[in-house]
Amino acid sequence: MARTPVTLSSTHPEKPVAETPFQAASQEARAPQTPTVGEVLDDLAKVAVLKVQDYAKLSFRAVTNLATGPRYVQDTLQQMDDIGVGSLPIVLLSGFFIGAVMVLQTGTQFERFGQASLTGDIVSLALIRELGPTITGLLVAGRCSSGIASELGSMLVTEQVDAMRAMGTDPSRKLVTPRVLATLITLPLLTTISVFVGLIGGMVASVFSLRINATTFWERAIKIVEFSDIMQGFSKTLVFAFILATVGCYQGLNVRGGTQGVGRATTQAVVVSSVLIIVSDTFLTKLTLWLAEKFF
Amino acid sequence: MEPATNSLTSTLVEPGQPAIEFKDVRLGFEEREILRGVSFSAQERETVILLGETGTGKTLLLKLAAGLLHPDSGSIRVLGKDISAMSEMELLEVRRQIGFVFQEGALFDSLTVGENVAYRLQEDKINEEEITPRVDEVLRFVELGHTGEMLPSELSGGMRRRVSIARALVTHPPIVLYDSPTAGLDPITSRTIISLILRLRDTYGVTALLATHRLQDGFGMANFRFDPQSKKVLRDGAVATPMRATTHFLVLREGEIYFEGPPDKLMNSRDPYLRRFLI
Repeated sequence: MARTPVTLSSTHPEKPVAETPFQAASQEARAPQTPTVGEVLDDLAKVAVLKVQDYAKLSFRAVTNLATGPRYVQDTLQQMDDIGVGSLPIVLLSGFFIGAVMVLQTGTQFERFGQASLTGDIVSLALIRELGPTITGLLVAGRCSSGIASELGSMLVTEQVDAMRAMGTDPSRKLVTPRVLATLITLPLLTTISVFVGLIGGMVASVFSLRINATTFWERAIKIVEFSDIMQGFSKTLVFAFILATVGCYQGLNVRGGTQGVGRATTQAVVVSSVLIIVSDTFLTKLTLWLAEKFF
Repeated sequence: MEPATNSLTSTLVEPGQPAIEFKDVRLGFEEREILRGVSFSAQERETVILLGETGTGKTLLLKLAAGLLHPDSGSIRVLGKDISAMSEMELLEVRRQIGFVFQEGALFDSLTVGENVAYRLQEDKINEEEITPRVDEVLRFVELGHTGEMLPSELSGGMRRRVSIARALVTHPPIVLYDSPTAGLDPITSRTIISLILRLRDTYGVTALLATHRLQDGFGMANFRFDPQSKKVLRDGAVATPMRATTHFLVLREGEIYFEGPPDKLMNSRDPYLRRFLI
C-alpha cells in the first residue's frame, strides 16, 4: 500500500506550539456552561436507568452462561470453598446466639401466660421461615458481596479484566458465573446449618433459662415445621444468594476512580445487597405465604 | 523455540492487504472526543511506533485494535476482518490472534508466573504435558526460566513486563500490541525490553503496534535487528534478514495523526512540535 512519507496534519498549521518541552501549549478558553436543574435531573435519571440496565444484563448473562460452554468448574469449586466454607464460622457463631436470644426474648413473654412450652414452636418457625435465611443472607452479603466487589474491582483497575478479555476469555463466564453459582449452592446449605445451630442455641437457652426439658423443646420445634415453611425459607435463600453475588460482581466490574473507587464499590456492594435483601424479603414473605396457602 | 504457524514465511491476510487498518476512527468519552478521525495501516510484519504525549489516545488506539473498545465511528480491520461492529463473542475469537502487552503488565496477581504464562493454553484446553514445556520455553525466551513458581509481586517491574511479553507470545500470535512497554523503567531495563521485542519481531515476524513516549524505543526498533544465527542484536544492515521488517512512526497530537512516516523523515523534520520529541 502506497504511503505518503511525511504527512503534517492540515488541522494544526496555525496552532501555537510550545518553544520548549516544558512550555505547555495553551488550550482555547471555553465559556463555562451551567446546566439547569431539569438537565441535572434528566442526567441523573438516565444514569440510574443505565445502571439498572447494566445490572440486569450482567445478571442475565450470569444465568445464560450456564447453558453453554466453556464452564469453569474449578473456579466454581474454589468459590464454593471461599464463600461457603469461609463463611461457616460466622454463620455458626451468629446462628447459635440468635437462636438463644430468640428463646430468651419470647420465652419470658410466653411464661407470663404459662405457655413457656410454646417457645420451641415459635423459635423454630421464626428461624426456618425468616431469621435463618435473612440473617445468613445479610452476614454472607457483608462478608462475600464486599469481597467479590473488592476482588473484581482490584482486577479491573489493574487491567487484569482487560488482560483476560485480550486473551479471549469472557470475564462474565470466568468471574461472574462461578461466583453466582457458588453462592446459589452454598447459601442454602449455610442457612440450613445456621437454622440447625440456632435451634441448638435455643434449646440450650431454654434448658438453662426457662427450665424447659430439652426433649420437649426439640420435639415441639420439629413437629411444628411443615413443608411449606421449609420451602418459604429455601426460596428466600436462593433469591438472597443471587442478589448478593450479582450485586458484588456488578459493583466490582463497574469501579471508577482507581483504588478509591474500589473502596467505594466495596461499601456500595454491602449497602445495596443488604437493602435489596431486606426489601425483597418483605415481598417474598407475602408471595410465599400466598403460595403456601394456595398449594400446600 | 520453533516459530509456529505465523512464522516468517506464512501469510494471514491477502497479499497487499494490511494486517491492521484504521479508517477515520473516532472515539470520545462523556462528550469529549479523544480520537478525531484516525486513519493508518500496518502491513504484515511491520512495526508501527505510536508516539505522543500522555493523554493523546495511544492506549485507546491499542485497545481499539484489540477490540477491547468500540469506536464511535469509523472502521477497524484486523487480519482482514472488520472488528468495529463485532459482538463481544466474535471478538473473543479475533483476540486469540492478538497478543497484548499492558503498560503495567496486568499479570494475574493470584497466579504464579508459570500459571500466568500458561493461562491462554489452559483456556484452549491443551494437555498439561504439552503446556509445561511450552511455558518453560517461552520463559527461557524472555530469560526468566527460573521464575515459573514465583508470584508476580516477587518480581521487579522489568521482569513483570517480560513475563507479560511471554504471556502474550505463548500462543505465537501474528499481531502483538505493546502499550508503553518501557514506561517507568530505567534505561538499561528499557533496552532489555526493546531487545526482546526486536527478537520477537525478527524471530516470528509479528506485526506490532508499539505505543511509547520514548523516541529511543522507536529508533531502537528501526535501527537494530536480531540476528537468529549469532543470537545477537546488531545494527541494521549488519544482518541479512530474509524478509526485512519495516518500522514507521505515527505521532499523535490532540487525537489526530500529526505525523506519519519513516524514522529518517521524523529525525530530519524541522516541525517545532516534532522537534520537542527529538530533544
